[in-house]
Amino acid sequence: MNILIEQARIIDPSQQLDKVSNLYISRGHVMAISDQTPEGFIADQVINAKGKWLIPGLVDMRARLGEPGKKFAGSIASETKAAVAGGITSLCCPPDTDPVTDTQAVAELIQRRGRQAATAFVLPTGALTKGLEGKLLSNMHSLKQGGCVALSQANQPVENPLVMKNALDYASSQDLLVILRCEDQELKNNGVAHAGMVSTRLGLPNIPTSAETIALARDLILVEESGVRAHFSQLSCARSVEMIAQAKQRGLPITCDVAIHQLHLTEMDVMDFDPFTHVSPPLRSQADRDALRMGVKTGIIDAIVSDHTPLGRDDKALPFGESTPGISGLETLLALTLRLVEDGLIDLSQAIKLVSQQPADILGIHAGSLAVGYSADCVLIDPESYWTLDRKQMLSGGKNTPFNGWEFNAQVEMTLFQGRPVYRVNPV
Amino acid sequence: MTPIQDVNPLLDQLCNQIQQHPRFTSDIKMLGIRTGGEWIAQALHQRLGLSAPLGILDSSFYRDDFAHNGLPAEVQPSQIPWDLDSQNVFLVDDVLYTGRTTRAAMNELFDYGRPASIILVTLVDRKGCRELPIQPDICAMTLECNQAIKLHGPDPLTLSLIDPAETDL
Amino acid sequence: MSPRLSSPNLQLNEQGKLKHFLSLEGLKPHHLTEILDTAESFINPQTNEIRKVPLLRGKTIMNLFFEPSTRTLTTFEIAEKRLSADVLNLNISTSATKKGESLLDTLWNLESMQADMFVIRHAESGAAHFFARHVAPHVHVMNAGDGQHAHPTQAMLDMFTIRKLKGDIFDLKVAIVGDILHSRVARSQIQALSMLEAREIRVIGPKTLIPPFPEALGVHVYHDMKSGLEDVDVVIMLRLQSERMKGALLPSEKEYFNLYGLTEQRLAFAKPGAIVMHPGPINRGVEIDSAVADGAQSVILQQVTYGIAVRMAVMAIIMSNAAQLAQSQNETALADTLEKAEREAQ
Repeated sequence: MNILIEQARIIDPSQQLDKVSNLYISRGHVMAISDQTPEGFIADQVINAKGKWLIPGLVDMRARLGEPGKKFAGSIASETKAAVAGGITSLCCPPDTDPVTDTQAVAELIQRRGRQAATAFVLPTGALTKGLEGKLLSNMHSLKQGGCVALSQANQPVENPLVMKNALDYASSQDLLVILRCEDQELKNNGVAHAGMVSTRLGLPNIPTSAETIALARDLILVEESGVRAHFSQLSCARSVEMIAQAKQRGLPITCDVAIHQLHLTEMDVMDFDPFTHVSPPLRSQADRDALRMGVKTGIIDAIVSDHTPLGRDDKALPFGESTPGISGLETLLALTLRLVEDGLIDLSQAIKLVSQQPADILGIHAGSLAVGYSADCVLIDPESYWTLDRKQMLSGGKNTPFNGWEFNAQVEMTLFQGRPVYRVNPV
Repeated sequence: MTPIQDVNPLLDQLCNQIQQHPRFTSDIKMLGIRTGGEWIAQALHQRLGLSAPLGILDSSFYRDDFAHNGLPAEVQPSQIPWDLDSQNVFLVDDVLYTGRTTRAAMNELFDYGRPASIILVTLVDRKGCRELPIQPDICAMTLECNQAIKLHGPDPLTLSLIDPAETDL
Repeated sequence: MSPRLSSPNLQLNEQGKLKHFLSLEGLKPHHLTEILDTAESFINPQTNEIRKVPLLRGKTIMNLFFEPSTRTLTTFEIAEKRLSADVLNLNISTSATKKGESLLDTLWNLESMQADMFVIRHAESGAAHFFARHVAPHVHVMNAGDGQHAHPTQAMLDMFTIRKLKGDIFDLKVAIVGDILHSRVARSQIQALSMLEAREIRVIGPKTLIPPFPEALGVHVYHDMKSGLEDVDVVIMLRLQSERMKGALLPSEKEYFNLYGLTEQRLAFAKPGAIVMHPGPINRGVEIDSAVADGAQSVILQQVTYGIAVRMAVMAIIMSNAAQLAQSQNETALADTLEKAEREAQ
């Protein structure tokens, strides 16, 4: 099957490309980007993309896919459909599944379901400790054998620093990437909102930024000592960005990401106890949001993730603090990232890089690029199409979004995965 | 609106009737229903030189139209500065119309105690509009139901008749 | 930047009048004075007795207490009965309502039993807002305390007490002493005081019991009683929960009393004739000395009585507003019908 996408504005930061040209796809892979038809190429299908943008499929480093287990809504089938509707073609899912992804069997199950759905590339993350309990090391090598691209603790802590030290040392000796999400549980103290103006007014149990920075400080030191490849996930405050910047300056080979909602919302959005704004780590102050945005602009932050957490109706139909934290974010990752361009924070190429090439590089996967030979995972965007997010129309099993009713410019018109159209905004 | 009518002769008339009432003594208790009744009662209280202070009743909480109209804009506490039990109470209102205000006032009175008797005094009785079996014991002026009336006060107290054509919208 | 419109105030109806009573946040000073004025009319000025009135006859009020509290429940119940409402008390253990579905199911079930108003106490901040967002349009919600967020009727009865005993709140200096961080009472008091333009609002306590952003409340923070109480007209003492020792927020009740307990000597720092208030129940010898609690400047028992009148006032106002709204909607509907008929006739 040969597909020609002609006359598109192709934006691929991995090749520093931004020009109007044709993309030739053959047998699911990129064959060429050229103004001339490659020799012997006969298109079975021609897609006229005049006036449209063509970008690499997005790589989301953190998205829960509802399987296995009943903790989250949706299934790998439903969530990958939601992903491609949002332009995401590669997804990395955290190990807090049920059972926990701490065995090769679970890792393989996730990938098999992903292949069956055949909608997007599904990559498991293995557990760093058995059962995510933070006590015993997981079988890291076999998890790697089973296809895990990285190890993490999802939202669970490793409270004992000795266990953390050993886990990082061991992972380092197996050349594994470790994804760390720093949160001191004692300082968190069952809090549900940022320790700031809003929690003070609303009397919500609060989480100080030190819950993040103290854990980050400890982990930075252990990472430096072990020499492990580490990626810090979901920074939420200004001080964390500063600490990562300093560590990078000292030559530590670390990377980090931020959840897209942290770049758009602040504690002020919690003001009317909307459970949809209940996330972990919490939405912080305006100053924190500005610092995170600045980190994105200056490149200290390497990737933007959806932190997609699809939840059932019951999980959010509760008072704020009792509701389950999380946002169903696959369908808004691209739109909200493009909004950073509209806000004048970064340019289009940089924005796309943060959600495609860079996360792919961190994970060491062959994705996030339209270079010749890569899987033809790409997204056709109509920059002139305005749309409004309607919670009820979401494809994800979780309708938990605080962005309901937001208006966006630029809409995903079509998504191709391995050269096959897997999503169309107006199905033929 | 017809020219304003002087209230003084009517008050004199009421005083007379009260004094001639078999239950009248100088230590009767007088209660005015807020706000028109309160003004009339004040004037009567002064003319009669009663020894007990004047009481004021605000029956807003006892009205039967709460479910339709809610509370009036201003509700003030009732003031009954004496023990009500076994007293002869002269209850004063400006206009007796449907009888519902009197009903509410009497209900409220019984929350304060058990008077020996209640004598209803009204300046004007709009006959034929009654919705409850309540009649004045003492009254200075009778009007037909379609003649609406408005009392202005407290100083000076004046009455004006409102043309039926004007009210009948 | 966020295209989300600021959400309409859940507590107010189309006419801008009180529909639910959840928190003082978002209300206007006139809403507060209306409550205080109405409460005044329920009290017999001669005897200070609170009268029974037939205002809410035929209405059903359900007291849903997800967190046990005999005192608050009792004062609400008395207030409801003095308004002649039918009253139902339900103590619901939170374990029975772990999942959202069953929590809402509980609510909707009770709604079907013809409830007109829910009085809700819950351990979670924002619980009253949650219920108000999910009840049928004709049902009203009153917050009887939600987590550490708000206890608006308590704050209003405190304002009523201050106004009764000290006159206009404007021009007064008020100090609130104790565990501000965990106190819904303090939060609501501070909002009420600032809305009624108290001259100065102070909070006194160790840093572990002061919220992280006191400036968001518009208060002055003091860590010692001498400077904090100096020249104040009103001293409000908060109850100290014994859990605070376990959380390592305080060393001991003894040290707390030594530092922040209200004794006669300390009360002498305040303005002569300053009043002492406490939402109750009091811990004698922990936050307040018995000599002060039972002394001439204590108004703690008056607060309880006034609490009944204030709660009656809020309930009467809410039901009155609902009646007036329905009336005006009927009138509009009637006018529309007439206008339509007239147009068709022409």
